Amino acid sequence: MWKWFHKLASPPHFYRLAATLIPWLAVPGLMLIAYGAYAGLFVAPEDYQQGDAFRIIYVHVPSAYLSMMAYMFMAFGGAIGLIWRMKLAHAVGAAAAPIGAAFTFLALVTGSIWGRPMWGTWWEWGDPRLTSELILLFLYFGYMALRSSIDDTAKADKASAVLALVGVVNVVIVHYSVEWWSSLHQGQTLFKEGGPAMDASMLYPLLAMILGFTLVFGALLARRIRTEVLYRERRTRWVREMILSPEGGK
Amino acid sequence: MVAGLVAVTRRDLLLAWKRPGDVLNPLFFFAMVCTLFPLAVGPSPEQLTFSGPGVLWVAALLAALLSLNSLFLGDHEDGSLDQLLVSAQPLPMLVLGKTLAHWLTSGLPLVLISPVLALTYRMPGNVMGVLMLTLLLGTICLSLLGSIGAALTVGLNRGTALLGLLILPLAMPVLLLGANTVSLAAGNEMYTTGVWALAAYAVAAISLAPYATAAALRISNE
Amino acid sequence: MTAKLSGSDLTLIRGERCLFEGLSFALEPGQLLLLEGENGSGKTSLMRAIAMLLSLESGEICWNGEPVLSQRQEYHGALVWLAHRTGLKGDLTLVENLRFENALRPQNRIDIDEVLSRLGIGRLKSLPVRSLSAGQQRRVALARMLLADVPLWLLDEPFTNLDRNGRLLVMQLVEEHLDGGGLCVMAAHQDVSVDALVKRVSL
Repeated sequence: MWKWFHKLASPPHFYRLAATLIPWLAVPGLMLIAYGAYAGLFVAPEDYQQGDAFRIIYVHVPSAYLSMMAYMFMAFGGAIGLIWRMKLAHAVGAAAAPIGAAFTFLALVTGSIWGRPMWGTWWEWGDPRLTSELILLFLYFGYMALRSSIDDTAKADKASAVLALVGVVNVVIVHYSVEWWSSLHQGQTLFKEGGPAMDASMLYPLLAMILGFTLVFGALLARRIRTEVLYRERRTRWVREMILSPEGGK
Repeated sequence: MVAGLVAVTRRDLLLAWKRPGDVLNPLFFFAMVCTLFPLAVGPSPEQLTFSGPGVLWVAALLAALLSLNSLFLGDHEDGSLDQLLVSAQPLPMLVLGKTLAHWLTSGLPLVLISPVLALTYRMPGNVMGVLMLTLLLGTICLSLLGSIGAALTVGLNRGTALLGLLILPLAMPVLLLGANTVSLAAGNEMYTTGVWALAAYAVAAISLAPYATAAALRISNE
Repeated sequence: MTAKLSGSDLTLIRGERCLFEGLSFALEPGQLLLLEGENGSGKTSLMRAIAMLLSLESGEICWNGEPVLSQRQEYHGALVWLAHRTGLKGDLTLVENLRFENALRPQNRIDIDEVLSRLGIGRLKSLPVRSLSAGQQRRVALARMLLADVPLWLLDEPFTNLDRNGRLLVMQLVEEHLDGGGLCVMAAHQDVSVDALVKRVSL
């Protein structure tokens, strides 16, 4: 186990592993998304309350879920990097941040588009999920701003890892405090807890979308980590040998 | 263990005593932000009573942020940060001492002048008490949270903008709890939940934040 | 006292540059480790790494045979760090600065006045450090070093801003420290003539 961990952590090994991994993640992921999009948009029946407007959950829910997941990658990457001084883990954090921010943004935009027919407004402060998501976006911005303002990579890695870890604690507190706050103001949520169960024809496309998005996220992450590793290891022998080799860095 | 905390707190209070301007600036800032709002939204009494808690809290948050930039800056410039990092005393305690001194010279004065400003917002006496209580707990949380951000940005010369970007999302729950608790009190509703939540936050921050700040200082002083 | 400082196979990379690789040293009581090299050769970085202010790429620094990383507090309790920036507060008086130093080491009972008169700055004690000359501030930093009363001295360019008498004083203090069984690591680009066993590391 430990040996495997160390091998995984070696940059050249990971660089090659990621290359073989990407198609295995991306192709099934895109297929699932294609199925989910078709089944969700054309096959699934209309919602009896929301009509066609509900169909945006097929993008909104996976994005919102991945926005949290990417943050977890950042925080765990940072923690592993700090504790075991593993550089690859820091690269994972650095690679995950922009993807996470993009998904957070997507979740906000789709949530707001969904809110337009539901609430009659583009933005409803009373919705705790949207508000938490917005704060999450700011956390991503802070993380990326800190990273880009420190020139030394090793230092940027460690400093942003501390920030990501503090942020994780914060995400939990934000969640509960925003819930409390919106309960004061009779906030309206899109999901009602304990509501009627979703029909299978609506649920399966959603599950397919969530899984598909996750796989594509994995592929994007692997792709970005590869770039990150290559940049960080640009002075090393293995990178030079790889680039000068006949295959030219494949 | 406590020797380091006491020594650093005393030194920083002594320094603040010799430079009173640094203590007064955030206070003036606080007062000015509180003045801006009535000028912008109009002097109608209902509106002022309604927005008072929120405005005072946002102003306090911004004033706290403003003063945080200098928390480790002086120490970084004259080399005494290096001395703290190689000190025989545990660093989290030294950090806690610095944060305590910072709170005593920036957070506490803010709490003390808040009733005067609350008066201009026509806040009744009992609500003022709640305002002061939440600000008391809240500024403790903000100083501690802010010390993490200040430690992360200490060598960077990017000024308050980056610090704000790091700290404000972290500080949002504090603002949300504080301001809404005061609003509840103003509406004669149950407000104790918010006070307890803030108190819990403060306790957690006192026990955890110094470790994060100490780690951040070691990293950014490399 | 069996104080012993050693470093084995130290490598330090700053940004893109490898400052040193596979560097080792060992220092026993009564010995002076002299770090020599051009400006920018990594003397200060090595000093900072020894003080645990910089983390090494690889290698291990040991104090009394144990890695310093596992005993940070004990190790820092046994050393004093004198760097280019003195770490004194300009707004505070000389004696206020030193009292703070003493408060951080509550078990120490060394008299501040005695140390000050020894260094010839006794009459300046109630002046703010800001108003002192660079050389005088340097002497205050030396006073802090004596007050600490610890076995390991880490001196980064201790002669900066000092006149001839000041330089002689530093060498005399170092000699006495070593005679008493202390250890000293010094980075200097002047030649140092100290009557003690000197080990050299060239960077």
